[in-house]
Amino acid sequence: MTNLLSLLGAKVLRWLQGLGHSAFFFLDLLRFSPAALRRFSLVVAQVHAIGNRSLVIILASGLAVGFVLALQMYYALVTYGAAESLGLIVNLALVRELGPVVTALLFAGRAGTSLTAEIGLMKAGEQLAAMELMAIDPRSRVLAPRFLGGIVSMPLLAALFSAIGILGAYVVAVWLIGVDSGNFWSIMQSRVDVWRDVGNGIVKSSVFGVICTFVALYQGHETQATPEGVAYATTRTVVIASLGVLAMDFVLTALMFSTP
Amino acid sequence: MSQDNTFIEIDHVTFGYDSSRTILNDVSLRFPRGKVTAILGGSGCGKTTLLRLIGGVHAPTSGRVLFDGEQVDSRNKAQLYRLRRRLGMLFQFGALFTDLTVFENVAFPLREHTDLSDEMIRDIVLMKLNAVGLRGAAKLRISEVSGGMARRIALARAVALDPELIMYDEPFAGLDPISMGVAANLIRKLNDTTGATSLMVSHDVLECFAIADYAYLMSSQGQVVAHGKPEDLRESDHPEVRQFIKGEPDGPVRFHYPAAPFEQDLGLTA
Repeated sequence: MTNLLSLLGAKVLRWLQGLGHSAFFFLDLLRFSPAALRRFSLVVAQVHAIGNRSLVIILASGLAVGFVLALQMYYALVTYGAAESLGLIVNLALVRELGPVVTALLFAGRAGTSLTAEIGLMKAGEQLAAMELMAIDPRSRVLAPRFLGGIVSMPLLAALFSAIGILGAYVVAVWLIGVDSGNFWSIMQSRVDVWRDVGNGIVKSSVFGVICTFVALYQGHETQATPEGVAYATTRTVVIASLGVLAMDFVLTALMFSTP
Repeated sequence: MSQDNTFIEIDHVTFGYDSSRTILNDVSLRFPRGKVTAILGGSGCGKTTLLRLIGGVHAPTSGRVLFDGEQVDSRNKAQLYRLRRRLGMLFQFGALFTDLTVFENVAFPLREHTDLSDEMIRDIVLMKLNAVGLRGAAKLRISEVSGGMARRIALARAVALDPELIMYDEPFAGLDPISMGVAANLIRKLNDTTGATSLMVSHDVLECFAIADYAYLMSSQGQVVAHGKPEDLRESDHPEVRQFIKGEPDGPVRFHYPAAPFEQDLGLTA
């Protein structure tokens, strides 16, 4: 019994230690971000690298989600004679929820794992240690620009996801099903609010950008410098970032859309 | 060795990565200014750890490390970064930045630490690359260069800012005989032309003795076994020095890792 208790205590202590360590790492990223912003070309290079890594999968997924969403919504709405609301439903679903959330999940799987592996291999190859001994802080030169690059990339990718999704829905709804084109766009224009819907979507995806990039960088930085260690860290990035995004989505949705 | 001429001093340093194992056990070494000093010893005897202590990556458990008379404090970031600007380090496998070209790797410390114009940086980088014989490889990616070339590029990067101290971590490991000779020649030449203090950690006795002014031999217990000029160590009759220089598999340094008697492991004892 005592052994069990001490084992449990040790586990809790380790978990708390990890939590504290990650909190300090997060504060470090924030602390070094202004310095990284002053060397804006480093951030732009990361937006280019991180955004490009995810662009194809984001666009392809956005299109597919738009296609399916239009079909499913049409079958549901036509039963109640509300097919003209299709454009609105698709838009709100994409801009408020699917755009930010699916983009973040795809981002964690594509760019997040790539960031973790990159940092992990830099650590394994002593590149970070070399930088330290050159009197260059890797947190400022390597981590902070990637952190900012991820935060900037995520809303851009989410916007592209939603835009291509709406276009996909338009193709299915208007060209294949025969919904009125003017109706599809006009109901969207009149009922979608820029701040409440689009704005909150952007805020959500920015928060998800912080979560995904922070988790990816932390896992890469703390990885054991072995092939198994890097493999384990990339898996943890996907799991932890995805769960973090889903949990935070619930909280943000409750805060943003609690009133009708 | 004259104490006045000491650039780096390790003073009664004890260190372990955790409390269960001591890597360095009360070692004291002095590295004179402008000389090539070799630290020899088998794998795991704490040679690389010693370099890390000098660079302030870790703090000694006890004792002190003096860098040009100033005690290295690994908690004082400002002091560390000031001291680190005065040193260059060649890592065992180069530690080159794989996302940059050969040119950009050498230019990296110049871009980070100076406000030199692009033209000036280009000239310095080409001079450094020329010194290691790789000016023609400036545009190559790191994935396109061999291990020996990577080591030379890393050397060019380590001396890009003309450091006062150059630390070499296993500069000959994994190199073919020609690359090894080239590396040894470069280390000596760079030391003589720049006047830097060179500190070389290696287990390659022949190459080290060929270029070093002074050498320390460390035991697997993390202690200094012997030190002196290469010719003195060659003549030494200390059993561990003899075993290391001759490469004998068994001797004071045991072949077997400490273990229970074999019969006991096989279950043959009553």
